[in-house]
Formats: sequence, C-alpha cells, structure tokens
Amino acid sequence: MSLKVRDLRVYYRTLAGDVKALDGADFELADGEITGLVGESGSGKSTLGKSLIKLDGRMRYVSGTVELDGAELPVRDSARMNDFRFREVSLIPQYAMSAMNPTRKVGRMIADLLESRGERFRALRPELVRRLELVGLGEQVLGRYPIELSGGMKQRTVMVLSTLLDPSLLIADEVTSALDVSNQRAVAETLAGFRDRGFVKSMIFVTHDVALVNQIADTITVMYAGRLAEKGPAKTVVNSPRHPYTRMLISALPEVGVSHGERRLSGIPGSPPALLDPPAGCRFRDRCPLAFDKCEQEPPFAEVEPDHSVACWKA
Amino acid sequence: MSTEQAGPPTGAGPAPGGGGAPPDAAVPAGAPLAAAAPAGRRGGELAYFALRNGKLVAGLVIVLFFLLVGLFAPMLLPHGPNEYDIGPQGAPPSAELWLGTTRFGQDVYAQFVHGLRSTFLVGLLGGGVAFAVGMVVGFVAGYRGGWVDEVLNMITNVVLVLPTLAVLIIVAAYLQARGVAVQSLFIGLTSWPWAARSIRAQTFSLSSRDFVDLARLSGRSSWKIIFRDIAPNMSSYLFMTFILLFGGAVLIAAGLDFIGLGPTDGTSLGLMMNQAVNWGALQLGMWWWFVPPGLGITAIVGALYVMNVGLDEVFNPKLRET
Amino acid sequence: MRRYFGRKLFVYALTFFIAMTVNWIIPRFMPGDPVQSRLARASLQSPEASAAMQAYYERLFGLDVPLWQQYLNFWASLARGDLGISIWLFPQPVGDIILGAVPYSLALLLPAILLSWVVGNWFGAYAARNRWLDNTVLPVGYVLTATPYMWLALLLAWGLGIVAGLFPVGGAYSFALTPSATPEFVGSLLQHWFLPFLSLFLVALGGWAIGMRNMIIYELESDYSNYLEALGAPRRLVRRYAFRNAMLPQLTGLALQLGTLVAGSLLTEIVFSYPGLGYLILQAIRNQDFFLLQGAFMFIVVGVLIANFIIDIVYVLVDPRTRIQMQGGAA
Repeated sequence: MSLKVRDLRVYYRTLAGDVKALDGADFELADGEITGLVGESGSGKSTLGKSLIKLDGRMRYVSGTVELDGAELPVRDSARMNDFRFREVSLIPQYAMSAMNPTRKVGRMIADLLESRGERFRALRPELVRRLELVGLGEQVLGRYPIELSGGMKQRTVMVLSTLLDPSLLIADEVTSALDVSNQRAVAETLAGFRDRGFVKSMIFVTHDVALVNQIADTITVMYAGRLAEKGPAKTVVNSPRHPYTRMLISALPEVGVSHGERRLSGIPGSPPALLDPPAGCRFRDRCPLAFDKCEQEPPFAEVEPDHSVACWKA
Repeated sequence: MSTEQAGPPTGAGPAPGGGGAPPDAAVPAGAPLAAAAPAGRRGGELAYFALRNGKLVAGLVIVLFFLLVGLFAPMLLPHGPNEYDIGPQGAPPSAELWLGTTRFGQDVYAQFVHGLRSTFLVGLLGGGVAFAVGMVVGFVAGYRGGWVDEVLNMITNVVLVLPTLAVLIIVAAYLQARGVAVQSLFIGLTSWPWAARSIRAQTFSLSSRDFVDLARLSGRSSWKIIFRDIAPNMSSYLFMTFILLFGGAVLIAAGLDFIGLGPTDGTSLGLMMNQAVNWGALQLGMWWWFVPPGLGITAIVGALYVMNVGLDEVFNPKLRET
Repeated sequence: MRRYFGRKLFVYALTFFIAMTVNWIIPRFMPGDPVQSRLARASLQSPEASAAMQAYYERLFGLDVPLWQQYLNFWASLARGDLGISIWLFPQPVGDIILGAVPYSLALLLPAILLSWVVGNWFGAYAARNRWLDNTVLPVGYVLTATPYMWLALLLAWGLGIVAGLFPVGGAYSFALTPSATPEFVGSLLQHWFLPFLSLFLVALGGWAIGMRNMIIYELESDYSNYLEALGAPRRLVRRYAFRNAMLPQLTGLALQLGTLVAGSLLTEIVFSYPGLGYLILQAIRNQDFFLLQGAFMFIVVGVLIANFIIDIVYVLVDPRTRIQMQGGAA
C-alpha cells in the first residue's frame, strides 16, 4: 500500500460554523494505482485532494491519519508537511494555466523553486529537458515567459515540473476541466504515461468526468456529500456499481465515452444536503430510491468483495 | 485590445487624483460581482456584518459627529465666523472661547464649525459632480465599447494626466467672485477620471453577463439596461467610489482655499489655514488657529477612508476572514 | 513598440494642446472681462508694468484681429518661448523667473516622490506579512493620506521649527549668505530643504504603504503563489515573487499620483516660503501677475507629462508581459 487514509476529516471554517466538507474518509491506494476521484461539485473531492498536500487558509484539520509508504504524512502541520511536498506528494493544480509567475522566465522560476528546496538545478536540468521533450516541448520553453506559451504548453510544463522529483503520490486536481475533449484525453494519457515510466508511484485524479476516468484509471472512488460512497476497480464500478448514488451517476451517462460536462448529474432528482449541519445517517437518504429505516444510521464504508468497498446498507 | 489595457490590473482600485488620497484606497475589483443571493437575506446579512465591523462603525461615528457639529453648532452661536473682536486678540483657548481667537479677535471655534459646513458641502457637491460625470463616462464607455469607448477613453486619459490643482488654480485665479458651488463644480469636472476608469472596467465585465444579454434581447433601451440592470449590480462599488471622490474633493478644496483661491465670501477650513499663515500664526505660536482646521479635515477624510475599508470587508465576503 | 509609445505620445500631445488652449481661453472668455479689469488694476499699482502688460496683452490677444488669428498668435509666441514679462518682478521675463524656481521644486519633489515610493512599498510589504505591523501601518497610512499637505507642513514647521528650533522655516537658504559652493552655504540649503521634504515625503508615504499592502495580499492569493506553496517553496521565495509583481501596479500608481504630488509640493512650498513653483504661484496670485501664473502652469503641465512618459518607459522595461505583447504586436 502506498497510501493509507484513515478517518480523515477536514472542515471549512465559516462564520456560520464548520462546513463538514470532508467528513471521514477511509481508503487505500496501491503502488502504481491511479484512482479517479469523482463526485459532484461540493462533494468534498477537491477538499480530499488538497488536504493530502496543503490545506488552504480556511480549512481546518479535525481528525484522521495519512500514511504514505509506511511513514506518517503530517497533514495537520503545514510546516512539517513542507518536507514532503514536491518530493513525496505533489500537485497538478486546476489552474495550471496561471500557475507560473508571469514575470519570471519559466526556467528561472523552476531554478528558483528547486534551489529553494535544496535541489541543484544544474544537476536536474538534463532530466527536466528530457521530460519536457517527452511531452513534446523543447528546451527553449525554459527561456520563455509564461505569456509566450500556449495554454497546452503551460499545462504540460506544469505537469513536468510537478513530477520532476518523482513523487510517490500525485494529486491531479480537475486538470482537464478547462480543456476540450481531445486535449482532455491527451492530458490524462500523458499522466498515465508518467505513472508507467515511474515518474510517480500512485495518483489521485480528481474530476467530475466519469467517462474520462474510466479510460485511464485503475480504480474509481466516488464521493458524496463529504464521504466516500464507493471505491472499486474502474470496470466494476462502471459496469456493476453497488451504491445507489454511483448507479444513478453511471446511468445518467448517456453512454460511456461521451462527455456532457456536469449537466448529466442533473438527471438525479434532489440536491445534496447542506454540509454546514448535515443530517445523521446516510447522507444520500433523501434522494435514494432504496432508502429504508436503517439508513438513519450511518452505513460503514465496508468491503463487499476484494478491493471493492461501498457505504450502503443495501450493497 | 488596446494597448492601455496591456498591463496587469491597475492596482486593486481607484487612485483619486486629488489632494493626497491613497493610490489604492479600498475598492477591489471583485466587490460588486457578489452573488445575487435573495435580497432580504443578503440585506440582513450585510447589516449583521456592518454592525460588527469596527472600521466601518468607527469611521461612521467620526463622520457623523463632525457632520452634526457642522449642521447644528453654527445655529447655537450668537455671532458669525468672521465678526471681529468677539474676544481679546490672539487669545489661546479658554472656557468661554473654546478654540481661542484669531489676531483680530475672531472666534476660531465659530470659524471651525462654519468651515465644517463648507467642507461637507464641497465634498457633497464636488464629489457629486465628479461621481455623475464618472458614472456617465464609465457606463457609456464600458457598455457601448467600440469607437465611443475609444473616444471617451482618450478624454479620460487626457484629464487624468492633467495636474488637477494647477488647472483649478488657473481657472479660479481668473474668477472674480467665487462661491462654494462654483468651486465644487470645477473640482468635480477635473477629478472624475479614475472613477470613470474603474466604473468602465466594472461595466465592461458586467455587460457580458447573461442577465444583461437577456435584457438586451428583450429590446430594453441602453439607458434602462445601464440603470436597471448594471448599476444596481455594482451599487456597493459605486457607493465606495463616491466616498473616495468626496474625500478627494474635500482635500482639493482645502488646497485651493489655502492658496487663497477659495470662496470669496464665508469661511472654510482651508481659508482658516490660509489666514493663519498670512497673519503669522506660525511665528506667534498661535497653534489654535491652524491646528483645528487641519485636524478636522484629516479626521473627516481619514474616517471616510477607514469607513471604506470597512464597507469593502462587508460587501466582499472574501475579505471578512482576516 | 512604436504603436504603444505613439499612442501614449499622442495622448500627451493632446493633453498639452488642451491645457494650453485652456490657458488661452480662460483669461479671454471669463465673465467680467478679466483682461480689462486686470489692466485697470495694474495701472494703479505700477504704471510702467501696466504699459508692458498692455503691450503684451495686445500682442497676445491682438484685441482687434479675429479670434482665430488671436489663437494662432498665442501659439506663435509660445513657440518663440515668449511667456511675457513678470509684473511682480518687473521687468524680468517670466521664463527666466520660472527656470530659476524649477530646481527648487525638483529638489523637493524628486527625492520625496522616489523615497516615499521606495520606503512606502517596503513598509507595505512588511505590513502584509505581520499582523501587528499591519494594524499599525494601515491606520497610520490612512491618516497620512487623509492629511492635507499644508497642514502637516504647518505642524512640522511649528513643532520642529518654531517650538523646538531645530530647523529654519522660511526660504531656501539663510539670507545672511550669498549663494556659493561653500560647505556653509550647502549646509544652509540642506537645513532649509529638510522640513518641506519631510512633510511631502510623509504624506505621500501613507498611500504607497497602503497600496503595496493591498497589492501584495492580492498577489499572495494568486495562483502562482498557491502553486509554489503547494510545492513546498519557502515563504521567502513566495514573498519575493509577490513583492516584485506588486511593484508593477505600484508603478502605474506612481503615474496616476503625479498630479497630486505636484499639488502637494506647491502647497508645501507655500508654507515654508520655499522658492519653487508653488511659491511663485502664490506671489503671482497676490500680485495679479497672470503671465507668471500661466507660465508656471505650462511648466507644471509639461513636467507632469514628461514624468508620465518616463514612467511609461520604465514600465515597459520592467514588465516582461507588456514588452512581449508589444513585440508580438509589432511582428
């Protein structure tokens, strides 16, 4: 197991109270596994992704442990976490187009970053250039300002930079949401290629696009209202989902491989509960056609078959 | 895209071109585009945050205090601000004459409270004229775009680089009789450009929104769209802009008055400082003659700026966290 | 590049043209025929000055030729550098008087502007990273920007000059000395220069500090800062980038504030009787010396336009984005 997450809870502080955006996540990631983390916006998938690398200012760690390659990841302590960032856990952000300092040449920025982390830019440069060429970029990218690069070039540069130190875990946070369909696939496949070449060991691919995830991910993790609903091998989750929410999510897809953006989720009647003060028990209860008395208790996220876990009493 | 817009956002906000306003007082680009939550709830929420915002409350209290003094204190005085020999000449503050007297035995307190009046009047009129011009230019340029925008932008840039006070000096020097109204008019006509610029930018981003498209498709006239659909959506921004223009107008007027180009009748805080300097208050150590007027201006304008920061935090939820 | 600067220069030329036209229109068309009333008043003060004034007005306005020709004559005399003869310091030409005052104004303005900008940016950047400093810098900054220039000048003159007796409060050097390159004279110059400089510097400082603080907070929340932090970059690096990028809008702010700063220096000079343009303007108003007033106005406008253009050039030099966009546009 490369990643072990136990009962991770991260809330958002607001003046009205805590928003329980991530309310108890338990899962594992095997060496070399790519999991697609899917869910509606507000399901907590981005919070989960962020909490594994850097909590933003309004996030508050509540409980839980994270273990990476057998060592504890100090997710609650941002200062201690710094040693792990980039080297052990890395991020490709949603905003890759604007992730680079606009007034610094790309190469200078990368050099500044590496040197500040105690790495030698000189020593890493050949590998950096090799990887840039691998994604179809030339060395001259390093002498350019971000404004001189196209959106796709910027995205690929960020992908190479984020994985340059061969992190164990890579979080790709909605990296494809700003792209058109053909580029989405290219980016996803490039990332899978990074895994195959050993640039990263395992990967959490956060997205709302089940169809895309099905093409590159080994497993699919479904989140609903701050909790994990289902995690299993991609084929199993797509072809025979066990959680009623996953079922509705999959059936709302007209056909796997065709993407309609977020709109397809509107096929599910109702809306997720407010996470400021969520109801006890199963959070999907109000929208669930199968709901019964027992759903007033919270269902455990339990294994129903090897490597396939579901949080539903009826699974 | 014209080259003027090539750079990064010009600060987070406007730069009042007046007598020393902050280059970046508190109007951030994000403020007016707040989500259109249900009006009632949003209003209640705003009031909730407004009352808990120390900056806003403190600023408002100071401004209201001076406003009330300016409104009512002159009525309670038996003599006018410029009457001679109210007390002994050049007397320091005392129980009877709170702020002492000038070298001519005029009551400094009476001058001060009357001066407050004209300060608020200049702020209101001068800021108002600048606000009106800035709104019209900004809305039209931002909404119409094209060559109208080009022309208005050019005019804005020209007035923007003109040194305001120098222009006002030239104009005022040739005026035989000067009143607060005329002074305010000229101040307003020279200090609108930054407001027009920022309103233009806001309008520009709002007019590409769906609800404006919808209004346009339904055949509503441009002016109706501007005032019914666009302006209400940036009302908090407009309000903050007006406050900054108000403060700017007060400072410019004080400068003009100090040079001796203020109203030819009546009194003002700037005029008090002008007379204090002309008649040697500095050398004679008559601090009570020149300290109160400047202090009044600083307190009012400073309170307005601080109030604006508070308003910004109330209207812009992102800033509330800190 | 050429297009960018061409556009800027066009705006500046247009501004100059409009400013000079205003300069011509106002005395001509103000209600109450100011020209005639000025002439009447001047003739009481000094007959020979009145004669010169009469002659100049006749040349300037050519009172019997058509308006368009009067306007052309006005530009023609401007082109010859003829700004008229001063009434106040009759019979010195206005141009000479102004050229004598400009160094004093520049000596106040340039150091005050540059130092307040640098120090203000520095304070603002520190304020953004330290809550205690932020709670100090912000209120002090707002009070300073709300202070009328002349009032702070008065307070300093009174407190440090009259009461404490540390600095002289009038003129540019001691009247007991004659201008020379002696240490004594230079010392006197500096002594007289310090308070007006300090006053101007302090009022301007607040605005820059607030501006920088707000800009740097904006930069620290930007995507590139977040990305660097996610990759474990130390605070130092993130701050350094944010500071550099926040300087760029502050440079634009400098251009926008020029007019205000010039106004501030005029007012400050008046308080300290410092013989720059502001002091000239005051004397011109008191002595009804309208040639001097209009000449000073022209110099101020031209100075502000030149400074604006210099800032434009500096901006292009320091911001790679503008530079690249311009190269793209030219290609």
